[in-house]
Amino acid sequence: MYSPTIIFEALMNGLMLGAVYALIALGLTLIYGVLHIVNFAHGALLTVAMYLVWLASDRFGLDPYVAILVVTPLMFAIGYCLQRFIIGPASRGSDNGILLATLGLSIVIQNLLLAGFNSDTRTIATDYAFEIVPLGPLLLSLPRVIGLGVSVVTAVLLWAILNRTDIGKAIRAVAKEKLGASLVGINVAHVYAMTFAIGTACLAIAGGLLMPSFYVSPTTGAAFVLVAFTIVVLGGMGSIPGALIGGLLIGVVEAISSLFLGDSLGQIGIFLIFILVLLVKPTGLFGARA
Amino acid sequence: MKKLTNSVSRRTVLKVGGVSAMVLAAPGLSRAQAPTVKIGLLQPMTGGFAGDGDLARIGAEYAIKEINDAGGIKSLGGAKLELLIGDSRSNAEAGAQATEQLKADGAAIVVGGFASGISMTATQAAARYELPFIIDCAVSDALMTRNLKNVFRFNPSFSMAADVALKNLVTINDASGKAAKTVAIVHEDGLLGSGLAKLMQARLPALGFEVVEAISHPTPARDMSNVVLRLRSLQPDLIIPSHYFNEFVLFARTLQQQRVKPKGGIYALFGGAASSYRFVKEFPEAAEGVMDVNHWGDPKNPTNDKLMQAVQAAGKFYAYNAPINYSVVKVAAQALEFAKSAESGAIIEALQKNEFDSGVMPYGKSKFDATGQNVNALPLNTQVQGGQIKVIYPEQFAQAKPKFPANG
Repeated sequence: MYSPTIIFEALMNGLMLGAVYALIALGLTLIYGVLHIVNFAHGALLTVAMYLVWLASDRFGLDPYVAILVVTPLMFAIGYCLQRFIIGPASRGSDNGILLATLGLSIVIQNLLLAGFNSDTRTIATDYAFEIVPLGPLLLSLPRVIGLGVSVVTAVLLWAILNRTDIGKAIRAVAKEKLGASLVGINVAHVYAMTFAIGTACLAIAGGLLMPSFYVSPTTGAAFVLVAFTIVVLGGMGSIPGALIGGLLIGVVEAISSLFLGDSLGQIGIFLIFILVLLVKPTGLFGARA
Repeated sequence: MKKLTNSVSRRTVLKVGGVSAMVLAAPGLSRAQAPTVKIGLLQPMTGGFAGDGDLARIGAEYAIKEINDAGGIKSLGGAKLELLIGDSRSNAEAGAQATEQLKADGAAIVVGGFASGISMTATQAAARYELPFIIDCAVSDALMTRNLKNVFRFNPSFSMAADVALKNLVTINDASGKAAKTVAIVHEDGLLGSGLAKLMQARLPALGFEVVEAISHPTPARDMSNVVLRLRSLQPDLIIPSHYFNEFVLFARTLQQQRVKPKGGIYALFGGAASSYRFVKEFPEAAEGVMDVNHWGDPKNPTNDKLMQAVQAAGKFYAYNAPINYSVVKVAAQALEFAKSAESGAIIEALQKNEFDSGVMPYGKSKFDATGQNVNALPLNTQVQGGQIKVIYPEQFAQAKPKFPANG
């Protein structure tokens, strides 16, 4: 049996890692909520964001957290262009088309990264990567604490954008009723692209938060995006608070079950919770409708 | 428009044609005087292991140049060696295809293979043509149990290396007055890690170690903090890890961050850290004191230093691929020398019957047994000391004394 300190520390670790999972899931759930598609390119785009942060740090000496400020607008633009000029036209209006377009995109991106950066593992060395925040008897990793804070702020900001701005209103209108929205003069193609751009920008922040303690190689994104898919379904597809709470919950469940069952078997915890929620509440924790 | 062909006289055509025929024929003439023998190097030049393939190429090219500069293969009238590179693209299917291509391009013998999975299919493809194949550094025991008489392995097998690793561990630990009593194994849950964990759990107790826990994790791992938390609670004297490079990076960084420093340190088998200058350079603090049992060039061999300089001059981090491929090309050249022929059958027979100088590898005289395994292959114990990778065991190759317990 573990001492309460260790269990509590695992819980905090889970909460902090879960916050970054949530950030990745936020983008995914937003895109699903509006475009009604599962974005298979999400993992590959996360990898792109991580490489951009790495480049900013390696070539221009930017701190990974400062790099977020540069990479976020860049990823926003990449996301907008991808949806407006590639995914949208390639899909020819059918949902299956979008699905295949994002799947194809993910393969292309991953191989471009492999060609450009080869398969070497890249890391960023920072002075604070090994810093800890002592909280009573707990030793919390500084990059993780920052990750938790920034993720929560980002989720609140995203909520504010959706509820307090014109583009947010337009996004919600398109999500609810595409035809009606276009009838009142909303440019649906633009709103789709804006949504995709915001979802992609979230990945830039996640990338910046991960890089001080993680590595990047062309397949890194896949490890995170699988868990993000789980969170999206668990929280309710398309729900912002669902993604945040779902992410934190998955993080904690993963940490605790890993502590007791080992990391290999600990993954069971995630999927047990997942199946349980689907059985009891098929729309997910915060899902309004199926 | 003027027709150009008409402006060229018949005589000019003959003259030009005659000269070009002579120029084209000239290399053919010189080839007849000193024939070349082609050696195939099968390595992952692209894909996930491209970095390893590149280092192997540097080693192999170095050997080829050395042999040719010294007059080529003397028993074949000073035949020069030519290196053909086959790209296994880091996967098993492509490894077999590339081997077929090497055969088609006229390779008399193939060396390399690198990973066990790739070596498995590549040697199988070579067997179809009875093409002699010397494996450079793939360790799976299963490779040499297939009764393929064209296949030889220069490097130690996994079980040979495990024997050495355990024997050395006991010696090092005894010398420190048995500083380490409890061991935790941290391994990835695939074939590599689970195999090692099983072996360690079976054999460590008889050697006086208590295995307190074997913690497995998936590949790729997103997080190692829970593994490290468990270790902090278990407080083992020694950690034996077995995972791929990325997970080791994550693990070592998390250990450092969570201030977990097992008294005895980290003792890896084919673990990478204490045999990867890349890791040592990027994470000097996490790497310090880590021990590894792995393929490694003999540090007392001056050619090994020159190879290291050649690798650094190419802007790469030195790893075992360079010395081992340098040496395996040397073995192939000696086999050609003994065979007095570039025919497959003669080369295979030469490999079976003779003893070979082992290049820069610490194998003494290499000798292949009935299964094709080099019976004298030996991994070395290395430890990161003061930011340098030092051989600490066995004594005849050691550059430094083991610092054990590493954190004592």
